[in-house]
Amino acid sequence: MRKNRYTLAVLVDNESGVLSQVSRLFSRKDYNIESLAVGTTDSPSVSRITIEVMAEDDARADLLCNQLRKLFPVHSVKLLSPDRSIRRELVLIKVRAENSEDRNEIIQIANIFRANVIDVTPGSLTVAVIGQEEKTDAICELLKQHGILELVRTGVVALERGAYTIDEDTKEKGEFNYGKNVR
Amino acid sequence: MKLTGARILLECLLEQDVDTVFGYPGGTILNVYDALYDYRDRIRHIRTAHEQGAAHAADGYARSTGRVGVCFATSGPGATNLVTGIATAYMDSSPVVFITCNVGENLIGRDSFQEVDITGITMPITKCNYMVRHATDLADIVREAFAIARSGRPGPVLIDILKNATAEEADYYPLPLERHHTVGRLKSLIGRASHNMTAPEPDSEDIDTLVQLIAESERPLLICGGGVVRGRAHKELDVFARRIDAPVAITVMGAGGFNGRNPLTTGMIGMHGSQASNMAVDKCDLLIALGCRFSDRVALSPTTFASQAVIVQVDIDRSEINKNVQTSHHIVGDVKRVLELLNVRVAQKDNKPWKDYVFSFPTETEYSLAGDSLTPKQISDVVARTAPWDTIVATDVGQHQMWVTQHFHYDYPGQLLTSGGFGTMGFGLGAAIGAKVSHPDKTVLHITGDGSFRMNCNELATVAYYDLPIVTILFDNRTLGMVRQWQTLIYDGRYCETDIAVEPDFVKLAEAYGLGGRRVNNAADFEDALKEALSCGHGYVIDCVIDVDEKVRPMVNGGDHITQFLIN
Repeated sequence: MRKNRYTLAVLVDNESGVLSQVSRLFSRKDYNIESLAVGTTDSPSVSRITIEVMAEDDARADLLCNQLRKLFPVHSVKLLSPDRSIRRELVLIKVRAENSEDRNEIIQIANIFRANVIDVTPGSLTVAVIGQEEKTDAICELLKQHGILELVRTGVVALERGAYTIDEDTKEKGEFNYGKNVR
Repeated sequence: MKLTGARILLECLLEQDVDTVFGYPGGTILNVYDALYDYRDRIRHIRTAHEQGAAHAADGYARSTGRVGVCFATSGPGATNLVTGIATAYMDSSPVVFITCNVGENLIGRDSFQEVDITGITMPITKCNYMVRHATDLADIVREAFAIARSGRPGPVLIDILKNATAEEADYYPLPLERHHTVGRLKSLIGRASHNMTAPEPDSEDIDTLVQLIAESERPLLICGGGVVRGRAHKELDVFARRIDAPVAITVMGAGGFNGRNPLTTGMIGMHGSQASNMAVDKCDLLIALGCRFSDRVALSPTTFASQAVIVQVDIDRSEINKNVQTSHHIVGDVKRVLELLNVRVAQKDNKPWKDYVFSFPTETEYSLAGDSLTPKQISDVVARTAPWDTIVATDVGQHQMWVTQHFHYDYPGQLLTSGGFGTMGFGLGAAIGAKVSHPDKTVLHITGDGSFRMNCNELATVAYYDLPIVTILFDNRTLGMVRQWQTLIYDGRYCETDIAVEPDFVKLAEAYGLGGRRVNNAADFEDALKEALSCGHGYVIDCVIDVDEKVRPMVNGGDHITQFLIN
């Protein structure tokens, strides 16, 4: 079955055990987490988790949101639609660069992608790039020919475009009117 | 005032009007039991033979009273022995607060003696759980735990208290129950998660839509699910069903939510549902499911379930909507409140042709009463005419569970205590203990099979010690009947590991615990034994020898269409 990628933003209590409670919900419901990023928000007692999962359809993704809302440490949940949200990921790539020709070419590639070179040694270059996966995948593909020694992703973080915030309307009916197709 | 953590815990239980605790002492929880010594005039403690029995007893207490059950256990194996009981309560939305103690702060995380991460283990089977490190946090957390256990869709909550927190002193200020929501953690939780703490007021447009759907429908059917029982909405449902003149199918968890003697009931629905129920589901044009989550034992095949109907789901838990069956309309709210609103809005209807059709099918299976040996139907009939009408029935899991759910007529919520969701063999005796302790004036029957009984028959020790007049009626076919039935019907009679060739002598077992016991082979002897058991005033075991090939009928295979009966 074809699955789509969904991005969920979740505000939770910043307490031990909460991340495992949230992540276990996904395994319990038989969903694999594609990407996960966690950090505190402007309020130190609240953390924001951004989770990407592959789900069958919008209805299943909504069900996951409702399951999340049942967890007591969860403050609010929002399903972020791709066309109305900004998604970014930081990738650090350590590339083999043993001569100046290699180094120059890697720096050129980095410049094209607006990536930064953040570490240089006689045998390697480390590049930092920020973007969505199309961009980060593309630079990785280009750097592959030089030999990627190590690679790390932060996981996607996402925010809704415009003035809307995750706290608005979250518990309201508006988010929960699927299935009402009687007329 | 300054009190030890153990005393704060007990004071908090008194705030909640807890009169009974089920449990088992041990090393890390000793401070609590030491304090309990001074509270024994206000809090009655029932010590079971095994922590699992205590968990089921607290669950049975909660189900039969509608109040929060409380269960104590020590760390490590004491805590893990609760796990099956916690999962049982979770699957059937039963409000129980489990209190375990763990090793002290200086020992935690060091694989100390009897240390286990019980909050980690129980995370997926509790509504919420806590680890309490210091006595200062205790009162706040206990108050929140009870509020969560009973609020919204009820369920179990676990509090794991480190041993040092039970010994150290902290300030305790008594707070009456009605003011708990005004302070501390509970106040902030209600502030931000009111959707989880209180049932939402049903949306008036949603009610209007449903009223309209009812007016348009000619073939309505109601499903009475566990939510009607938990929400004690039986009176409102009775009015509603008569008003819209709709047949009512009852799930296992819904037993007691709609009077089993009401002429509108079609009996049980689902895998072992009556023909009337299952045919009605298939032919109805409006299906209103009340507090029912369309489990695989009810809906069987979710895509073909009620395929001609507009399906309406009423549930307090919004995450249940559309989880198993795609519905056309739903109302999130307390089923009692929803029915109250509907009852003042809907007009009296008459659906005679539809009812004539539905009730042309049997609402109960016709079992043959003939034969040499005692039959399950004979046992049920004798119990029905011998035991008082308000008898509480606790069952285990298997064939006997289905027989008593099909044949007895349950009149009020909390009358049938059965593990419907989790299907826990060994649930019944513990649950019966919980029910008897809370209802000393009512007759409590524990109905079981020989397979289930062997799992937790150790609780006969508890029955004997507290001299609880619980009558165990044992459907003894010397096999794991339900599994064997599947082997007969689906696995070509390959009886792998189901027949129990040598059973213990259950009568001698009862006698070994100091209880009465009798083995019976026919209906007359059974009636005689039951009368003796009910009048003796003590625990009693009646070993009813039935045929190994008795089956639960009808049966629809899991995943099949609801009217595709394997056997009738």
